[in-house]
Amino acid sequence: MPITPTTNGGLELLCDSKKIHNVNIEQQNGEGKLIMKDLLSWVRTNLIKERPEMFMKGDTVRPGVLVLVNDCDWELSGQLDTSLEEKDVVVFISTLHGG
Amino acid sequence: MSASEILRELDSLKDAKAKIEHKISALEAQLREINLRNDAAPTNGSSHPSSYPTNGLTQDMIHRYSRHLMLPSFGVEGQANLLKSSILVVGAGGLGASALLYFAAAGVGRLGIVDHDVVELNNMHRQVIHTEAYVGKPKVKSAGAACRSVNSSIEVVEHQEALRTSNALEILSKYDIIVDATDNAPTRYLISDCCVVLGKPLVSGAALGMEGQLTVYNYKGGPCYRCLFPLPPPRTACQSCAEGGVLGVVPGIIGCLQALEAIKIAAAVGEPLSGRMLLLDALSGRIRIVKIRGRSTHCEACGENATFTQQKFREFDYEKFTETPLRVPPLKLNLLPSESRISSKEYSEIVLKKEPHVLVDVRPAHHFKIVSLPKSLNIPLSTLEGRLPEISSALKKEEKDSGLVSGSGGGAQLYVVCRRGNDSQRAVQCLQKMGFTSAKDIVGGLESWAYNVDPKFPTY
Ligand SMILES: [Zn+2]
Repeated sequence: MPITPTTNGGLELLCDSKKIHNVNIEQQNGEGKLIMKDLLSWVRTNLIKERPEMFMKGDTVRPGVLVLVNDCDWELSGQLDTSLEEKDVVVFISTLHGG
Repeated sequence: MSASEILRELDSLKDAKAKIEHKISALEAQLREINLRNDAAPTNGSSHPSSYPTNGLTQDMIHRYSRHLMLPSFGVEGQANLLKSSILVVGAGGLGASALLYFAAAGVGRLGIVDHDVVELNNMHRQVIHTEAYVGKPKVKSAGAACRSVNSSIEVVEHQEALRTSNALEILSKYDIIVDATDNAPTRYLISDCCVVLGKPLVSGAALGMEGQLTVYNYKGGPCYRCLFPLPPPRTACQSCAEGGVLGVVPGIIGCLQALEAIKIAAAVGEPLSGRMLLLDALSGRIRIVKIRGRSTHCEACGENATFTQQKFREFDYEKFTETPLRVPPLKLNLLPSESRISSKEYSEIVLKKEPHVLVDVRPAHHFKIVSLPKSLNIPLSTLEGRLPEISSALKKEEKDSGLVSGSGGGAQLYVVCRRGNDSQRAVQCLQKMGFTSAKDIVGGLESWAYNVDPKFPTY
């Protein structure tokens, strides 16, 4: 399934400074369904190159990281259970504090 | 004239200039008072009415804000609301600089500024409200003077202090709208909680590197900062502009957008950016506006069962909660025993005496490119463990070049330096563990070199 995870707000530094990742992910269960939980572990394994604790804590993202599925907070679509469609844009962004 | 004489003369001239400027603004204010009173008084012998119906705006106001008044979606009502409003900007840095200038220009009736810091030369690339004349002086004084010079008809209030749980309720309660233009996580939680307790809308902006973020919290039932971020991020995830760098115009843009949102709320026009967040990626030229969660029923500050009161706010330990100090003093680690450390002065003696040694600079490569000490070897801390052989061979080469026998205890010494003397201690700890038992770090790093040895060494 073609999908575009994007890392911003400093998280790109964990992925060789790359922000936009056009990737193709095999469906995890035979039903042809992909949920955020699957994508998260895929990103953790395949895109995060250093300091994984800066990206995840337990089985979800670490505090201070917002997850947006098609420009919408994943809290509104079921967090880890959000199901993904082809060509969805998923943004992982670390909140900034500077000024 | 010698340099010190010129400096003394400059100081006394600047002092005199400040006194004269103070006198001028006092007299101008006096004159405005008199003119206002005269405007209000009936004009004798004239057949015209003493006052025209103008919705409470004076002749000067109508002239000054005419381009606002002509806007159908803003108009007299919007401007009159703005003139009656009060806005507090916490932080007169990169975000506050542009926000404050627009607030003053637009005619916010009472404009408060909170900041404890002084203006530094390395602020000026982004904090465009400050001028060179104010380097070394308090930011609130500088920003206050700039706001008054833009618009002398508004009230500007300077709060020259850091925001703490002990003063925040008192300061914030005097304003209608709060603008978070600060630079650290604990202050952001502190401001948000205080706004929840006091029921004030909060216009929050942040910028770092090439990115910026903006949203409005606690506005008409919308989420607060804690609804979005119930748990603080790890300490290492919170870089400041001083650590990570920032392109000056980026906080400028976010500050302008904060001004826009606060002005909309104050004037009661348009749709504030509540429940939505603006994300700016300046490098790729992308702006996203995303939908964020609403108020969380479980939120500790604003949720249904929240018991966050003024009393609880006063007692809350924000530094402990975020594991970050409220005022961001340069972190000063002390990890090593004194025999594993040397001062920058001692190191300069070693250089002068040409004692055989290797100096490893553990800063990131892009920092090393800015400036470095002669003959230092750049091995960034993050790559140190994998590059130990380079250090071994550098030591051997130094010993060979200076005719020493290696391994006899009288071999070449190993010193480590970084920007401020924290990473160099971490590096020495690591080196000692890996067998370089005599490694020492230079206390205070390159900043100490510049301060104590060579004032001509550039700092950043
Ligand atoms: Zn809340």
